[in-house]
Amino acid sequence: MNIQAPYTPAPHAGVYRYDEFDREFVRQRTEEFRSQVQRRLSGELTEEEFKPIRLMNGLYLQLHAYMLRVAIPYGLLNSDQLRRLARIARVYDKDYGHFTTRQNIQFNWPTLADTPDILAELADVDMHAIQTSGNCIRNVTTDQYAGAAADEVLDPRVYAEILRQWSTLHPEFTYLPRKFKIAITGAPNDRAAVKVHDIGLLAKRAPDGRIGFEVYVGGGLGRTPYIGIKTRDWLEERDFLAYIEAVLRVYNELGRRDNIYKARIKILVNEMKPKAFIAMVEEEFARVPRDTYGLDPAIVEAIRQHFAPPPLADLPARSDRFETDYAEDRAFACWVDGNTAAHRANGYRIVNISLKPIGGIPGDASSAQMELVAELADRYSFGEIRVAHEQNLVLAHVRLDDLHALWQALVPAGLATPNIGLVSDIIACPGLDYCALANARSIPVAQRLSERFADLDRQFDIGRLQVNISGCINACGHHHVGHIGILGVDKKGEEFYQITLGGKAEEDAAIGSILGPGFSSEALIDAIETLIETYLKLRRDRTESFIQVVERLGNAPFKEALYAAA
Amino acid sequence: MPQKIITANRLIDGEVVWLGPDGDWVEAVAAAAIFDAAALEVGMEGARRGVAAGLVVDPLAIDVVLRGGAPVPSRLRERIRAFGPTVHPDYGKQADGKGTHP
Ligand code: HEM
Ligand code: SF4
Repeated sequence: MNIQAPYTPAPHAGVYRYDEFDREFVRQRTEEFRSQVQRRLSGELTEEEFKPIRLMNGLYLQLHAYMLRVAIPYGLLNSDQLRRLARIARVYDKDYGHFTTRQNIQFNWPTLADTPDILAELADVDMHAIQTSGNCIRNVTTDQYAGAAADEVLDPRVYAEILRQWSTLHPEFTYLPRKFKIAITGAPNDRAAVKVHDIGLLAKRAPDGRIGFEVYVGGGLGRTPYIGIKTRDWLEERDFLAYIEAVLRVYNELGRRDNIYKARIKILVNEMKPKAFIAMVEEEFARVPRDTYGLDPAIVEAIRQHFAPPPLADLPARSDRFETDYAEDRAFACWVDGNTAAHRANGYRIVNISLKPIGGIPGDASSAQMELVAELADRYSFGEIRVAHEQNLVLAHVRLDDLHALWQALVPAGLATPNIGLVSDIIACPGLDYCALANARSIPVAQRLSERFADLDRQFDIGRLQVNISGCINACGHHHVGHIGILGVDKKGEEFYQITLGGKAEEDAAIGSILGPGFSSEALIDAIETLIETYLKLRRDRTESFIQVVERLGNAPFKEALYAAA
Repeated sequence: MPQKIITANRLIDGEVVWLGPDGDWVEAVAAAAIFDAAALEVGMEGARRGVAAGLVVDPLAIDVVLRGGAPVPSRLRERIRAFGPTVHPDYGKQADGKGTHP
């Protein structure tokens, strides 16, 4: 047997450092699963007995094979972890992985027999597949720019980590009425879609400098989409955990007491009416023992140390080298404009690595691409990588001086398509090409759409436009909150697609509304193009985005353009 | 009633399989045994034995049409299982010489 040195992550990657307790827990779970797999294969366990166990370990059965969903807590990876994911893809899978809207990664072809070894490989780098399935509190998601964004009030990873520890250790929350998703953003510009989560937290700073949160409860997509209702305009930092505990208790209690509430919290909130729900939460909140659930500033500080900012250099705001490259190399300049964002420190940028090449599969990355990104992260961004819920990757701390070299390394690997936030930066679920629940394919729609709009000048002209595609009503592709949403349905055995308009995932979140009758697969791409051409005709000028025109004029002109001819 | 074949996933590796004429589980849809209404229940009995023996999970009878004598699943979902993801011609059955999308 191979004895390995205990794993120590790159010193400055903003990933939570596991302590021995976390490590032991994950190791035990891995060994427990190994013996459960053996018992299943020897016939000691039936499928009925085994299925919930494998799901608790992130292992699903899909159309072609098993699928393993690996947790990436709050979407943060260090370079060793990304290299390990690449290795798992290469050794146990088909040389690629799929990054998801929940900031996780899925492997589409592992065998049951190999899965315990895969989990052991993950445990070596402090990773696992726990809480990626089942009626538990799922992996907490957050802003992919955490700790780097210019607009940040607080570092949301600290609170996401507090929630991770609290939820893994809370036995009664492993058996909730349904699955439970929490998202948190540390900036007023919501990049984590918090209002479409069971609980969404939006950090803010009071005029006197204190830190607190706005709280939204009962958001969600799926069959009955809801924007979360604001249950608190202000939640003190020290009450953070006590309040969330109270929400979970109310939900859990009502979920147990009465079968009709064996549903997502969004149904509960809306059936009870928000006012009654808020009152119940406040009552429970008053009862939650503060000695257990009060957030001790010392503990918050200790966790904050885990996410200590990397040693950023003290740089001037301008870089001559960067300015020269930017002026002389148009393709580079496009990429900088499209794919990088403001960093809070002078002389740095946040870099988005697009996993949406024209005609590609949204969110897929090959082992070689993962390894390259890991190496570039080591060279240019303190060995740290983030996964965005839009299914892209992020290097959060890149010097202006290094941008050109980074870009040059990304281009040949197909990782520099300058399309972040544009029409070809499509969110798509796996759909009928992989998923056992699908009605229709999603990926080919994304591919054909991005090919139709392959011309980058045209994409830049169209401007910000989020297209989201789901292969069924479960809404893994967030179609309800796409500016244009596409939902695959089954119409007498044929793939058919419904279009929604006007959805938004940000701080002013909205659920899109259905435009009219659906389209066949053949007619769909033309229909989307018609919507976009209609927008181009209607906009006041280039600064008015697609979604702004929809908000100003409503669906009517778009409907007319789509259906009048027919 | 349309003709049917019986499909499942193999327990140990998840591979898509079909019940073959000899009661074995085959990896290519073309080799699947074809059942008419009268024979289907006997076939499903065999499938359930496969489940009990820990060979396969989730057995299901599906509709097929015959092309050149070989069964091709009627529904797209089952054709994708039988031949592989339409977006990855290099993966799944289609990559292993076990059938191609019609
Ligand atoms: C391929 C295997 C998958 C299966 C079987 C699956 C299944 C489901 C189901 C059944 C739901 C709805 C549950 C509910 O509303 O309570 C759901 C929701 C969701 N899934 Fe998946 N999913 C899969 C893949 C993915 C992928 C790849 C992503 C990310 C790209 C994803 C992201 C989501 C999200 C964000 C939701 C939540 C929608 C909401 O807020 O209700 N899923 N999934
Ligand atoms: S939305 Fe439906 S088709 Fe797409 S991954 Fe989720 S469950 Fe599967």
